[in-house]
Amino acid sequence: MKSLSQCAAERILIIDGAMGTMIQRYKLEEADYRGERFKDYHLDVKGNNDLLCLTQPHIIEAIHKEYLEAGADIIETNTFSSTTIAMADYDMQSLAYELNVAAARIARKAADEYTAKNPDKPRFVAGAIGPLNKTLSLSPDVNNPGFRSVTFDEVVDAYYEQIKGLHEGGVDILLIETIFDTLNSKAAIFATKKYFRDIARPELPVMISGTITDASGRTLSGQTLEAFYISVMHARPFSVGLNCALGGEQMRPYISELSQIAACNVSCYPNAGLPNAFGEYDETPDHTAHIIEDFAREGFVNIVGGCCGTTPDHIRHIADHVKKLPPRPLPVQVEELA
Amino acid sequence: MSETITSADTLQAPGIKVIKPFLRLSGLEPLVVRPETNFINIGERTNVTGSKKFARLIREGLYEEALSVARQQVENGAQVLDVNMDDALLDGEKAMTTFLNLLAAEPDISRIPVMIDSSKFSIIEAGLKCLQGKCIVNSISLKEGEAKFIEQAQICKAFGAAVVVMAFDEYGQADTEEKKVSFCHRSYKILTEKVGFDPQDIIFDPNIFAIATGIEEHNNYAVDFINATRRIKELMPLTSISGGVSNISFSFRGNDLVREAMHSAFLFYAIKAGMNMGIVNAGMLQIYDEIEPELRELCDDAILNRREDATERLIAFAETVKSKGKVIEKDETWRQGTVEERLSHALVNGITDYIEADTEEARQKYPRPLDVIEGPLMAGMNIVGDLFGSGKMFLPQVVKSARVMKKSVAVLTPFIEEEKQKLVELNGGVVKSAGKILLATVKGDVHDIGKNIVGVVLGCNGYDIIDMGVMVPAEKILQTARQEQVDIIGLSGLITPSLDEMVNVAREMKRQHFEVPLIIGGATTSRTHTAVKIAPEYEHGVIHVLDASRSVTVTSSLLNKALKKTFLDDMKIEYQKLNENFRNKKPVKQYLPIAEARQHKAITDWSNYKPVVPKKLGVQVFQHYNLAEIAEFIDWQPFFISWELHGKFPQILTDEIVGQEASRLFEDAKAMLKRIVDEKWLTANGVIGLFPANRSADDTISVLSPRPGAGTVHLECLRQQIKKAPGQPNLSLADFIAPAEAGIQDYMGAFAVTTGGDIEKWLEKFKADHDDYSSIMLKALADRLVEAFAELMHKRVRQEFWGYATDERLDNNALIREEYSGIRPAPGYPACPEHTEKYKLFDMLDATENTGIILTESLAMYPASSVSGWYFANPEAKYFGLGKIEKDQVEDYAARKGWTIEEAEKWLRPVLEYDM
Repeated sequence: MKSLSQCAAERILIIDGAMGTMIQRYKLEEADYRGERFKDYHLDVKGNNDLLCLTQPHIIEAIHKEYLEAGADIIETNTFSSTTIAMADYDMQSLAYELNVAAARIARKAADEYTAKNPDKPRFVAGAIGPLNKTLSLSPDVNNPGFRSVTFDEVVDAYYEQIKGLHEGGVDILLIETIFDTLNSKAAIFATKKYFRDIARPELPVMISGTITDASGRTLSGQTLEAFYISVMHARPFSVGLNCALGGEQMRPYISELSQIAACNVSCYPNAGLPNAFGEYDETPDHTAHIIEDFAREGFVNIVGGCCGTTPDHIRHIADHVKKLPPRPLPVQVEELA
Repeated sequence: MSETITSADTLQAPGIKVIKPFLRLSGLEPLVVRPETNFINIGERTNVTGSKKFARLIREGLYEEALSVARQQVENGAQVLDVNMDDALLDGEKAMTTFLNLLAAEPDISRIPVMIDSSKFSIIEAGLKCLQGKCIVNSISLKEGEAKFIEQAQICKAFGAAVVVMAFDEYGQADTEEKKVSFCHRSYKILTEKVGFDPQDIIFDPNIFAIATGIEEHNNYAVDFINATRRIKELMPLTSISGGVSNISFSFRGNDLVREAMHSAFLFYAIKAGMNMGIVNAGMLQIYDEIEPELRELCDDAILNRREDATERLIAFAETVKSKGKVIEKDETWRQGTVEERLSHALVNGITDYIEADTEEARQKYPRPLDVIEGPLMAGMNIVGDLFGSGKMFLPQVVKSARVMKKSVAVLTPFIEEEKQKLVELNGGVVKSAGKILLATVKGDVHDIGKNIVGVVLGCNGYDIIDMGVMVPAEKILQTARQEQVDIIGLSGLITPSLDEMVNVAREMKRQHFEVPLIIGGATTSRTHTAVKIAPEYEHGVIHVLDASRSVTVTSSLLNKALKKTFLDDMKIEYQKLNENFRNKKPVKQYLPIAEARQHKAITDWSNYKPVVPKKLGVQVFQHYNLAEIAEFIDWQPFFISWELHGKFPQILTDEIVGQEASRLFEDAKAMLKRIVDEKWLTANGVIGLFPANRSADDTISVLSPRPGAGTVHLECLRQQIKKAPGQPNLSLADFIAPAEAGIQDYMGAFAVTTGGDIEKWLEKFKADHDDYSSIMLKALADRLVEAFAELMHKRVRQEFWGYATDERLDNNALIREEYSGIRPAPGYPACPEHTEKYKLFDMLDATENTGIILTESLAMYPASSVSGWYFANPEAKYFGLGKIEKDQVEDYAARKGWTIEEAEKWLRPVLEYDM
């Protein structure tokens, strides 16, 4: 079977779309989120989407399959918030490791099923590592800019546990995504290196995906795109890219810039446009696909997909639009300055 | 300073990009070090071992000021910031963490990469955990053996940092060329082969040692460094070479002239050999070619070790420059020039000494008096305008130039009038000026320093200014505008209620079918407020002007027929966009219901609280307070800001760009201050009161008023509603007073002070002298004095009248930094932004009777140089900003004040979180 790198060298790879948008369609209630295991839990858990890997695993599996059916080469585990730090909102810190293992297994099973159906198109599971609800470069207290609600070591510990769960659950890739504070992502990179050194195994490929929050062209923590890329280069990532916050149209200048400077593959999975006045995404699958197709024609991208508001329909259209277009050629890295 | 990858790097083979192994660093912005990149300056002053001042600031916990040291480095051209906290008296890890976390909140500093500098690796690790960008670690070495070196390098690599490697081995520091090269090469092999470091992430420091020390073995140190650098670059071309440049001149401490020359000469040769970065004082480097030739040759001799007596000769030279002092002579050579040259010189340099005689001479030379204005005077003012516009001249200089201009025009005016009269008699003709501009501070507001400066600057540019002064009602503004047929109306204001009054003027202009453009300025105004609230009310152009220097371009665009339409159309589009952005902006901040915010009071446990009973309860009046005593408490920094000179005091006096002008301004200020004090120009009156008080509801303080029959006065406070981090309180001033149910009698105080008495007669005198410079100076000084008066009274309250801090020992700088215990927030300012509480304050103190301060209908205090506020003594009390509040609190507040919601919203408008 072909490896991830081989596949990426041959064609533009498709990553899946939004998980949250799909979960919303099930219109789940508090009782559904709780399931049998947490029926007497002391806090409301509705909205804790990651918990569904334990309480409604069939729903998560069904969503993964919809994306695989639509043509996704890479599916993301439902673990965006599965860290001790993010789970503290629900007093579920102790579940973090278990959630990651469970989520990885569900995605693994679905992907393997589709790989077996068509071994020429192997499917990969990316363990999703989200940005956390606490940041290392920004103070939550406007009156005290030097204050930090969390330490670097605490963030490393939280990510370490998540990575361990994802790895033991069987993911192929680690995807550090929706990065709005580069220092958080550096802690995730640090944890990755530490984990694989501790278990004395080769590192899994790492995908890195930052978030440019607005037309300033900077991350929320203030870095320009190039400064961000330079800050995470040491991860030696399989890919670097952008997701979330912007639609494809707004992302264009940044993806173009990244394609010029990145030594590795470039990924891009934007939102389905910008939210309308009701906070909903209404860019049609065809529209999104046209924008992404343009990126592919320009030679900007190696991996494409969708973020908030995108659906299996979006992914199907995107896959269809880029299937005949070549991936961005990897740059040559020379060893001389002049 | 940031460099992005250019097409030349990426398009060598068509279609395929080429990525080169440059050293890439980042703060908020990238720094890519290419072969053609100039020498990289690493700022050295944020180093406790190298800068006594920085060390003191950190030891005393004055991080704000310490940040300004960093900012200065960036402004002086540092491209990387070296941060060092190695001091035996410091908790180095903690200091590094605190400083870097604060640095992250300063985008103008944190845009450049940081170099974490320490000989303790635990401090380096603490620093690495704070930086989102790709930084440099300075330094690691083989000093403690290979194992330790590898371990530390691995940690640096896991953080993605570049490293400085010192030329050390287990036995010591490399001093000879041979050792430098071999130690560096050994380190290189370990880093690239065993640790997996990218060669471009390695920066060698081959040790710069002091030369010309008198010890013969030291004479070749610079040569060793330069030669080693060349060989290291040949052997390991991807690496960088750095070093601490000031080491080289260590034996000439105290002689900056020689030191700077040595640094420049050393760098000249070292850079040629391949050194591409270095720790330097970015503001203290001389251009090699501009070193005095004799000194340059002596430096070259010493650095290149090419004469046996190089050291002696350099020392001998150094002795001669040491003894030289600077003598400033008044240069009067300009008096030799033509009358046009003299007028121009006087205008550009703001010299009034000879202006009357020179003007008279010119008047006799030119056929008509107007020719003098349109000829030499305007020519001089054009130079001033150009210099100001290009940032080579600063506001105080322009105001001085204007004074010269006005004095000169005053000489000419009678002759012009005479001529005009003749002209009118002859043809009944009318004379038209470049443009007429009406300026006014709106109703209810008394602040006008900024407006006056705008008037002066515009006046210099040939416009007729009609300055209506302060507290001008809309109707009067519009009536005058119509009578005088002005071309532009300009409104100014400082306090928040003035914003509403400006909206009102705009509405009135529309209703009365005005068509002239409206300009908005003043400290509380903003582009956004103008775009969202004022511009929609009036369609013939509303423009916000940030400061005096911008007012000229805006005015000239508005009065130029060809430009006006495009300019207004552009502004309209821009403001509509701002307006839309503002309206579409979703609140990113989260707010708590007021009931919930009230659960997060600052102090919850009152059981151990024992308030100090004021030594003197009740009201005390101080009239004709000693101005000399007050002057000792002046905080000068805001003084410079009022003159649009920005920077910290006293550093601003030595600032590279504005320093000279700031010093001159400061001299003038001190001279006038001396006269104010000696000749009692101003009257300082004050009143304070200390009263029993308790919190009677969540946000209400009940005070026992000393006024007969007044009984209990209820002070209504507002509470922060923004969602805070867990454990952080939602503050209200009421939190600092013990609640009645705690069973503790608590106290609070109030004060009102002014130094504005008698100011009017002086202002009139200056006006008669056409001396705006002195007029603005006096107002600015009166403002400083009243703030100083408030500071002084507060100190006396703490130490004598209330007496809760009898053993406080704080100097003026500590007072300015608000290090005292307790606070004195003022109604209308961040902690209690609602102005009408001032009525209660004035009533309790009988302030108008006791001090002469009057409250306007917008609650501004007149004279303008007045301050009032509350005293809180609780040691937990601190200054805070209310932030925005939600409708539920507005409703609650309205009920407490006995107001309708509309009234409450009117007074609280600037802090409303929601759109009305």
